[in-house]
Amino acid sequence: MRKAFDRTFVALTLTATIVILAMLAVIVGNIVIHGKDRLSWEFVSASPVKGMTAGGIFPAILGTVLVVLLMSLAAVPFGVIVAIYFAEYARAESRLYKLTRIAVNNLAGVPSIVFGLFGLGFFIQTIGRGIDRGLYGGQLVYGQPSILWAAMTMAVLTLPVVIITVEETLRAVPREYREASLALGATRLQTIVRVILPQSWSGVMTGAILAISRGAGEVAPVLFTGAAYFLPRLPTHANDQFMQLGYHIYVLATQSPDVDATKPLLYSTVLVLLILTFLLNITAILIRNRMRQWATR
Amino acid sequence: MNANIRWRRRLDTAAEKIIFGFAFVAIAIIFLIFVYVAREALPIATGSVEGITLVSPFTAPFSWQPVSGAPKYNVVPLIVGTLKITLIALLIATPLALAAALYTAEFAPGSSREWIKPAIEMLAGIPSVVMGFFVLIVLASWIQSTLGLDFRLNALTAGIGLALAVLPIIYTVSEDALTAVPPHYREASLALGASKSQTALRVVLPAAMPGVGAAIVLGFGRAIGETMIVLMVSGNAAILSLDPGLPARTLSATVAAELGEVVFGSGHYRVLFFIGTLLFIITSLLNWAGDRFKRSLRIRLFGSA
Repeated sequence: MRKAFDRTFVALTLTATIVILAMLAVIVGNIVIHGKDRLSWEFVSASPVKGMTAGGIFPAILGTVLVVLLMSLAAVPFGVIVAIYFAEYARAESRLYKLTRIAVNNLAGVPSIVFGLFGLGFFIQTIGRGIDRGLYGGQLVYGQPSILWAAMTMAVLTLPVVIITVEETLRAVPREYREASLALGATRLQTIVRVILPQSWSGVMTGAILAISRGAGEVAPVLFTGAAYFLPRLPTHANDQFMQLGYHIYVLATQSPDVDATKPLLYSTVLVLLILTFLLNITAILIRNRMRQWATR
Repeated sequence: MNANIRWRRRLDTAAEKIIFGFAFVAIAIIFLIFVYVAREALPIATGSVEGITLVSPFTAPFSWQPVSGAPKYNVVPLIVGTLKITLIALLIATPLALAAALYTAEFAPGSSREWIKPAIEMLAGIPSVVMGFFVLIVLASWIQSTLGLDFRLNALTAGIGLALAVLPIIYTVSEDALTAVPPHYREASLALGASKSQTALRVVLPAAMPGVGAAIVLGFGRAIGETMIVLMVSGNAAILSLDPGLPARTLSATVAAELGEVVFGSGHYRVLFFIGTLLFIITSLLNWAGDRFKRSLRIRLFGSA
């Protein structure tokens, strides 16, 4: 009786695990099977033609890459500095530390659509309009959706990812390293720059990659901060709008007048986005595993 | 004192100030998020926009018709839609994720544990727009014909899509909680003659319960705020009904679908920011509750937070 229960229970939990893994396999498999045929060099290097039913998705790939690059330029240095504050300077009982801690944890759980609203209200309506009033005599230059503001919005969204990952690695650096460095007469800053950070580059890399992977797949924050469905020209300035893979998928899947005609292309676009985010995620996981092995050695 | 050392000391103090400054800016930005979203909704509180007040979005008549001669901005159908879809998602995701977490933490042979967890976490790496696409193109028609539903896009389909998105969170957080239970709990139980599954169910799971609570609460928060999946597959009709077979519209999807075409500063614009503020507050509270649960787990297992 007990043995039967035992076996059934383990079998049940195993089934649940298999069901979840099977769902993952079905989703990925379906997209790979339907998306692989149209995937070609032309597809990733050409612009769309004939109302998105032919050609490629180069502008959307370029837009996605530009946004995550601009985003990382803002989020990574900023996130690393805040992580240094957490791991090296903050005293657990200080008020600034407690507040920042709560704020960062909370930020990680705020829905991405709220970041979109924030981007519109803060970056575009306040900062952008402010720049226009101050520097361009009220002419509309920065006070509108653009690649710059989309990237900044995304940077705020991915900031907690960078902070949390980097902080974890900084804390993994053994205490003796700090003590040895300080005992030799190095200042705190020298210790951080010459001893702690060189030991933590993998954490910084992991944080950056996880942030980029998140940023590449998010659509809600760029809906009103700069993404456009179709642009005849590639973006050349920070205040241009841009096409983005995720947004492209959303519009093609929901608002296309002829879903059957665009479906093959749509599948391949999804596959490109999936490959991009998976490669980034796997790289991050590999770096992290190596890092953990190193830390426990 | 050597001039070089003095200079280095000064640099050190300056760097410390700069680092503190950045940390301060980080909190400032986070508070600004709330401030700037709430600020655009503020005129509602002062009652200066098109007769909308803080109370009117919640009182009868319960209809959301933002684009009409006499626009109606009532968020009750949206809240009901959100809760309906979220509840379906949690009902599907929680048992599956919890069972898989139990398997991974308690029963899986050592070598398979190494890859099961990262594999399930890959599910979290799938962008939500891709998940929405998959449900829309592949699952929706299949669910409709299997269950004989009148609508292809409905609350149930959206709930299933959303379940895929919250599964990895519930799984990861509860698996972490189960693995955090010290081995001597298991050893004591097994030594008393309990079987492996009795130990898992009666000893490890109860000990890790606050962590499971955290997992569900955090999954709930994620589900409420998730936008792209529900925007793509819920049918987006603001119907006040509990029927899972009918199309539904959520708070997040409403913002995503309507903010693009709204007149800046209009009543509609204000109401959408009001919804954003609501989402911010609700998810923050859930987040906070999740953190409390995690804390109480650590106190329970290790005696300190």
